[in-house]
Amino acid sequence: MKLDTLAEDVGEWLRGTGPESDIVMSSRVRLARNVAHYPFVSRLSDQDRGDVERFLRERITASSAGSQLEYIDVGRLEEVDRQFLVERQLISREHAEAQGARGVAIDGREQVSLMINEEDHLRIQCMHSGLDLRGAWEQIRAVDDQIGRVVPYAFHPRWGYLTACPTNVGTGIRVSVMLHLPALVITRQIDKVFRSLHKISLAVRGLYGEGSQAMGDFYQISNQTTLGKTEEELIEQVGDVVPVLIDYERRAREFLVRETQQNVHDQVSRAYGILRTAQTITAEETMQLLSRVRMGVLLGLIGDVKIADINSLLVRTQPAHLQKIRGVELDTKDRNIERARYLRRHFEGGPPQN
Amino acid sequence: MQCQQCDKQAVFHITELETGEVRELHLCEDHARVYLNQSEAAQEGEEKPAGGLSGPLTVGQTADELALLDKKACPMCGITFFEFRNQGRLGCPHDYVHFEKELEPLIANIHGGTQHTGRRPERPAMAGGDALPEGTDDLTRVIGLRRSMQEAISCEAYERAREDRDAVRSIEERWLTGPQTGAGPTNEGGRGDR
Repeated sequence: MKLDTLAEDVGEWLRGTGPESDIVMSSRVRLARNVAHYPFVSRLSDQDRGDVERFLRERITASSAGSQLEYIDVGRLEEVDRQFLVERQLISREHAEAQGARGVAIDGREQVSLMINEEDHLRIQCMHSGLDLRGAWEQIRAVDDQIGRVVPYAFHPRWGYLTACPTNVGTGIRVSVMLHLPALVITRQIDKVFRSLHKISLAVRGLYGEGSQAMGDFYQISNQTTLGKTEEELIEQVGDVVPVLIDYERRAREFLVRETQQNVHDQVSRAYGILRTAQTITAEETMQLLSRVRMGVLLGLIGDVKIADINSLLVRTQPAHLQKIRGVELDTKDRNIERARYLRRHFEGGPPQN
Repeated sequence: MQCQQCDKQAVFHITELETGEVRELHLCEDHARVYLNQSEAAQEGEEKPAGGLSGPLTVGQTADELALLDKKACPMCGITFFEFRNQGRLGCPHDYVHFEKELEPLIANIHGGTQHTGRRPERPAMAGGDALPEGTDDLTRVIGLRRSMQEAISCEAYERAREDRDAVRSIEERWLTGPQTGAGPTNEGGRGDR
């Protein structure tokens, strides 16, 4: 797969289409699977690690799912390319930073990705734009079936699919939705919302998974338990809470416009102003400002910007994307200058025509 | 590692599971004894909540029993329960069988349930004739056999190494040769040869 051509596009999670996509960025389902005849990843010798990678690569490629997939040998990628895949949410940070034989198989639309030798031998992920857990589940279930026919998944009648960490055992499923909740952040209601989510066993994470900070008011909500309930029940558990969160966020946005119109208008305009004129800017600040501008566009306070462009900038201003687009490696200082230049050019000349 | 209560070396590593919280304790033998007696006394005194896992994982176990448990190792991958508790990751699928009793309270605490009710793998018949059983513990035996083979090689017990290799091959040929109908990849027959 040519990573450079991918950089032209935004990938599935920022496509900005699908139901409720003003608030729900993407819906994702992942399954943790292991083969029965090797130790789990953390206990593999180098040789066994290579054997597991080869075994899964060959079987996946030969499976009926394989024809749609392109395989990338992550172990041989340059750091910037691994980071690039992380930014597109096709591999995890842990997978990028790991050592030894590992890979990922990705479909052309970037909806399906199969990580080999992450925490488990196989992590299958399916991501759809907007609120579409059902669609993501149907798709991943088919892929899981196709691979399960040729790969001997470790399974126990009582414990279900066996995983390296007992927190994933059973269904091995993690269901998550990525939400953009700027108004709940501004009105300081976000902590209250998260506390109530924890009470019903849902986890809240930042943009790039476990341990990551919530950048730019983007949050991932996901299930915490995987055993004792069916996949459908766990999907419902997450799916049921999303309309409530959407409603809260919508009401908070209305409140902001009604009660503090001038303030909000001022905030988003300043954010827009900085993005258009800054000479050097970090990835974090860019995310934060783009988040505010995104809200401003949705509230009708900024007229001449498209949501799809904001989504596109969210990923193209990330460190690895910026370097891929520019075609050279840049250190942090130069990246900040390049990022500011990229943003200025984008807003001055309008988005480059695709 | 140093005891959290004094300067002696910590020889007991206790994982406390309280509602929604995991707490690690590292104690020397004396302090572990004091601590375990305390928590047992506390446990008897208080009413047990429904589901009853608010107490320590180790209730009812003496320090000696704990030490023994920590040394218990999986016959397939060789991981000890102590290593698992330190790393939080299991060594192989058989650990769920070998440490079932020890893992059960931990899993119940994490998930609430202890019985899988979700999807089950569909296994087509292999070229060898049979379909892989739903539970895969038989196939997982090759992990132990490979380890045994490596050990045999390193102490030059070549006869045993050969037996282990043949056993690995026979299990792999039975379950890994690919589905009957599909043109799946061929058997990795050479696996045992290293």
